[in-house]
Amino acid sequence: MVEIKTADELNKKFLREGMWPTIFCNGCGHGVVLEYTFWALEELGWDMDNVIFASGIGCSSRLPGYINADGLHTTHGRAIAFATGIKAANPDFNVIVFTGDGDCSGIGGNHFIHAARRNIDITVIMINNFIYGMTGGQLAPTAPLGSIATTAPYGNIEHPFDISNLACALGANYVARWGVSHPYQPIKSLKEGLQKKGFSLLEFLAPCPTAYGRRNKLGDIKKHWAWYDNNTILKEDYEKIMKYGTEEEKAQVKDKMQLGVFQDIQKSGFFESYEKLVNRLKEKETKTKGAKK
Amino acid sequence: MKCERDPKRIREVLGKKVQFILGDMACVYGGLLAGVSFFGGYPITPASEVAEGMARMLPRVGGTYIQMEDEIGSIAAVIGATWGGAKSMTATSGPGFSLMMENYGFAVMTETPCVIVNVQRTGPSTGQPTLGAQGDMMQVRWGTHGDFEALALAPSTVQECIDFTVEAFNLSEKYRNPACVMTDGEVGHLRERIIIPDEKDLKLINRVTATIDKKKYIPFTNSQTRKNCKVPDFATFGTGYRTYVTGLTHNEKGFPATDKQPDHERLVKRITEKITDDADKLVMVEKINLDDADIAFVTYGATARPAESAMEIARKEGKKVGLLRLKLVWPFPDKLITKLAKDVDKIIVPEMNLGQIVHPVKEVACKHCEVISAPKIGGEMHLPMELYKYLEGK
Repeated sequence: MVEIKTADELNKKFLREGMWPTIFCNGCGHGVVLEYTFWALEELGWDMDNVIFASGIGCSSRLPGYINADGLHTTHGRAIAFATGIKAANPDFNVIVFTGDGDCSGIGGNHFIHAARRNIDITVIMINNFIYGMTGGQLAPTAPLGSIATTAPYGNIEHPFDISNLACALGANYVARWGVSHPYQPIKSLKEGLQKKGFSLLEFLAPCPTAYGRRNKLGDIKKHWAWYDNNTILKEDYEKIMKYGTEEEKAQVKDKMQLGVFQDIQKSGFFESYEKLVNRLKEKETKTKGAKK
Repeated sequence: MKCERDPKRIREVLGKKVQFILGDMACVYGGLLAGVSFFGGYPITPASEVAEGMARMLPRVGGTYIQMEDEIGSIAAVIGATWGGAKSMTATSGPGFSLMMENYGFAVMTETPCVIVNVQRTGPSTGQPTLGAQGDMMQVRWGTHGDFEALALAPSTVQECIDFTVEAFNLSEKYRNPACVMTDGEVGHLRERIIIPDEKDLKLINRVTATIDKKKYIPFTNSQTRKNCKVPDFATFGTGYRTYVTGLTHNEKGFPATDKQPDHERLVKRITEKITDDADKLVMVEKINLDDADIAFVTYGATARPAESAMEIARKEGKKVGLLRLKLVWPFPDKLITKLAKDVDKIIVPEMNLGQIVHPVKEVACKHCEVISAPKIGGEMHLPMELYKYLEGK
């Protein structure tokens, strides 16, 4: 195998021909998440014939279209349910779902919580940009309080959804949240999540300068990206400051969004348990047959 | 690992060749015989027994049963499983069927074979959960948005629940379109004697899988291996063809092509014509006493049973009454009904709704004969004498 060293080589290997240009705007974070995913897959060395992508509706859900692999671009919010079926048909597949905050935590919330609860062996990569970008900037369930959206012209008064926190509560095997301006931790984390048996969620905070940044006066693309760096903090740092920091330090980080691995456990995944069930039935039947003889 | 159909094992699990079982259970038997390896479902009266039967039997043949979070998830998982290489099905009733409409359209648009058993009850809304009706005969044809063709069978007996579920799989696999078994609470909760067909009598049609060179494969176009066939060869996931599948209007390669009129027209015409082109071949009816009939019942599903009794009573009295039972309701047998309308003076369409299939009957027959709707709602079947009265002009 030729070792891939540059992003160009990586793209040549993983991108699907004939789908360019992408639909993404300048300054969008989605391409970065795709690139991280490619690096993770490259480092894992998986056979791409066996990696299946599913997605719903929204900007992030267009990502599978750019990947040279099987991809199912489904209906709004339903990708995780479709992915459950794909994995059920052949548990040897590595199934990856690309979804957005609206797709996953809004219309698709029910499928998300039940897939996490069942510990379905899929990896969900949720790109959270606080907004319905594709449809022009409507309010998302993840939008911070006060956010301006076309459907919240006077500021958002709803409390935002913390989807990683929810996934932890549901007992998902692997839950992590990252940004898009520091590649090493997220790529390492993606590898962990992809390899994990059971449900894994990787949430990415990604800028949407067009629909969110512009409306919320977060400045140009550069400033908008910097806003994420200034408003996020590594989970470990956050915990340290909250434990040992001064009141002033605590006040500074209190409202920042935490990044890091929030959950990494080994509960039995759905298909592992299902296989055990099938084998248990087989054994029981063999025993009964033996007894009759 | 993937589950392969094992005829011997299926028969071991199903048990004796002759049994006395529930209509819903017969749909399970039909599914297993057809080689279903994935079932995603959600409890709903009067269809829950299908899910219960699958939960009991499917793991024993190596297939996967998952109770999903709702009917939207059920049909989604079913479609996903088909793309994963499985034969897959779900079962529901009116309210669940309504929830499935969006992804039913997705299955049409992405040419995904799958089977939906609809054990119909009435509505609107929650209606009468425990009672049978034929409430979704139009929903199955027009319920999802946009242009499409439906494949819908209506069993009148428990045996037909087996046979038509197998047939639904065959049609679905052949045309790469979802197919529905439109049974109802009456037949679904009826117990009758059934005979499990032998393997040699079981005619199974399976999808034509893509075999062409991977670089030459075009996923959403006429078959590349069969002449004059508008059904594309099927490259399910994991076979190396790396297919991109979308519910958006797509070009032949499967890539989104949403802003040009010709792309949409070409796609939607092909996915409807692949069925309408075969409309004449796609007629499944039972004709009783039609040769000399002046009056004909046109009927389907549970309603065919009292209609047949009414016909027999009338025949004993020398009235020339016949019956045409639609086994496959959609695509609608236009030509056959037109011919019938020319031969008889009157067509009576009994239904357990306020008149659904009477409309396509009228559409083709009203120029040639009188067409009368004989509706009954509220969860009770027609009594033969109630239908008999229609023969006398009410």
